[in-house]
Amino acid sequence: MSKPKVAFYWCASCGGCEEAVVDIGEDILKVVEAVDIVFWPVALDFKEDDLEKVDRLAVSFINGAVRSDDQERVVKLLREKSDIVVAFGTCACFGGVAGGLGNLYGGDSMLKRAFIETPSTVNPSGVMPSEKTDTPAGRLTLPPFHETANALRNVIEVDYYLPGCSVPKDLVMYAVSSILAGKLPAKGSYLMPPDIKGNLCDVCERKDTLPKNAELKIHEMKRPHQINIDTEKCFIAQGLLCMGMATNAGCGMERTGRCIRVNMPCRGCFGPTEANPDQGTAMLTALAAMLDTSDNEAVGRLVDSIVDPEGTLYRYTHLSIEGK
Amino acid sequence: MKNITINPITRLEGHGKIEIFLNDNGQVEKAYLQPTEFRGFEKFCEGRPAEEMPRITTRICGVCPTAHHMASVKALDMLFDVEPTETAKKLRELMYSTFMFEDHILHFFFLGGPDFIVGPKAPKESRNILGVLAKVGVDVGKRVIHIRSECRKILNYIGGKAIHPESVLPGGISRSMTEELRGITETVAVEAVEFAKFTLKTFEDIVLRDKNYVELIKGDAYADRTYYMGMVDNDNKVNFYEGDIRVVSPEGKEVYRFKSKDYLEHIGEHVESWSYSKFPFLKKIGWKGFVDGEKSGVFRVGPLARLNVSEGFTTPLANAEYEKMYRTLGGKPLHNTLAFHWARLIEALYAAEKMLELSRDKGITGKNIRNIPTSVKEEGIGIIEAPRGLLIHHYNADEKGLITGANLIVASQNNAAAINMSVEKAARKFISRDNAGDGQLNMVEMAFRAYDPCYGCATHSLPGKKAVAITVRDSKGEVIKTVVS
Repeated sequence: MSKPKVAFYWCASCGGCEEAVVDIGEDILKVVEAVDIVFWPVALDFKEDDLEKVDRLAVSFINGAVRSDDQERVVKLLREKSDIVVAFGTCACFGGVAGGLGNLYGGDSMLKRAFIETPSTVNPSGVMPSEKTDTPAGRLTLPPFHETANALRNVIEVDYYLPGCSVPKDLVMYAVSSILAGKLPAKGSYLMPPDIKGNLCDVCERKDTLPKNAELKIHEMKRPHQINIDTEKCFIAQGLLCMGMATNAGCGMERTGRCIRVNMPCRGCFGPTEANPDQGTAMLTALAAMLDTSDNEAVGRLVDSIVDPEGTLYRYTHLSIEGK
Repeated sequence: MKNITINPITRLEGHGKIEIFLNDNGQVEKAYLQPTEFRGFEKFCEGRPAEEMPRITTRICGVCPTAHHMASVKALDMLFDVEPTETAKKLRELMYSTFMFEDHILHFFFLGGPDFIVGPKAPKESRNILGVLAKVGVDVGKRVIHIRSECRKILNYIGGKAIHPESVLPGGISRSMTEELRGITETVAVEAVEFAKFTLKTFEDIVLRDKNYVELIKGDAYADRTYYMGMVDNDNKVNFYEGDIRVVSPEGKEVYRFKSKDYLEHIGEHVESWSYSKFPFLKKIGWKGFVDGEKSGVFRVGPLARLNVSEGFTTPLANAEYEKMYRTLGGKPLHNTLAFHWARLIEALYAAEKMLELSRDKGITGKNIRNIPTSVKEEGIGIIEAPRGLLIHHYNADEKGLITGANLIVASQNNAAAINMSVEKAARKFISRDNAGDGQLNMVEMAFRAYDPCYGCATHSLPGKKAVAITVRDSKGEVIKTVVS
């Protein structure tokens, strides 16, 4: 019997998801033994027309947000040929940092900032990148810049989600082995061990100090650089915004989150929980419930003390605030 | 003229394309390397809390996030007017040395090395990591995977995650190091030094003992007489983390030496309508086009540039290799682009030695890891030596510490003009209408691969990525050959 065929593809991404695959280390030798990788542009020399010739793929892992016609064409082709499509990494799942925060500004203002306004730019005649440039030797072209990016499921149907910026290597291996074993959860779920459930606080080693309802006595939120951060106490109890309540568990597998282990509050890269797909609203609701006051004005003042709510509460999910 | 499509090219980070135009005689008229991605980080960083920048700008690149993490926090040290504690600085440098070592090693075995180890004109099917393994043996492959994964564990520990670390703050770092971890790091560092020595030996056996390779390295096809820019300490030794920026002329004379905060006096960025990358140049000399020599403001950064601007390394093994390189290839500065590969491996050895030195430092497990800032200024500039060269983060902020302006000049961008010149020179040497096979085209690719360019970084990619492609056109603009993925 032939080995199951697998494809990896990158859309608009930073390359970190490719590194996450390389980071599985010696296990990659086991994976190569078990499957046939038939498409992986960053590492192998197969191209789109080779892909067209492939009859059937067992699974496609797709990372990055979708931002160009080329990417859209390839992911549609992958969908058509694949039994399973996995959105790999936070950008494919929710848009991520560049896909989401980039949409806060228009393409023109970004071009202007980069090519005109930045202090080191020397551009007296206001030259801008152009789709066509005619030189004495011939014409040069650049692909146009697309106004908005898309999370993968807005372009094709996605079967499973593997979040993380970056995706932890244990989770990569878990996903590969559960697909190979055919032990899969309901379609549309996060592809994670069934015992990892709920939000990040549920698995946090600091959860005993998480303020209970109406227990939190603070009037404003602080910022991480402003205080000496206690290494054992819940960040929220210290007045620091930590996205754990609104963030899917699993970045440290069944253990405490990765950022929390280095004594930094969570910023939500694992995306929203299945119960509450709007990460920012979920966070504010949870925070308000913890406050020892029901005075709406006091709650409002606390929320106002969060600097840059848009870029903090939705850092990874701005592109798809309705969640996955 | 018919179109011929051949298999894709790879082995660089990010995406770009090369256009080669031929004249009526079928000889190369012009060549261009165009990064085809677009930048956007400078704009959407506006409005973000400054202290979050090391956790946001890492997403520019998943290959060298640690470099952005560190340049960013150095900018924050200045913005918040605070120095890191002694222990914090050592921990930052330990994280950084570990990262530089594993990134350089990755380039040699996966990206640039195959051209030498397997051969520049070897069949393309084998010019990759698998071909390297076939040549050096699976056991060596396992050693590469092993040392890389051990280094990534240390990066995970210090940074929270190797891919997109999260642990630096203005004035320090977020977690101290336990004695247990220090011990583990020391063990890995010992292995890293041995592995770097082994890699240099491999380079010597396969490349330097082969007369053809040495001729290729020394030849005109891969040489540009440019200025060089890099960071040095007070004794003019290479330093990745801090120091003055030194610029030497094509003759090797120091022409400028400046502090990070003064970079705008020295570096300007030129714009061309056919590229999403800008082209940095020496401002006091001016942009004179894509030409080399003393009268052109084009400069280079990265491993060879760092060695050219310095007078060696602070660590003994790397310093001996430094002297050997200049002795063997003759003269300083070296203008030979392919010598970047050798310089990169010498730097890997330095990074490993530095890692060992820091892991044995009694102060590394200190508990005093944060100075808390008490004010915020209007501006912060942080410069670091990224694997691919000088990396600049420059922020402006309001009184609340929210970003009002960001300027980023990254390593591969600094080399953008020189990379174009190197590609054109190699194309002129190796390509013509009747001579544009896979082997010849790869000889052109080798010109950019020596720089280990990263176009995700160079364009701070707001995505819209295109495949890597080389197109050769005749004088009428007809495509005679494309290489696409």
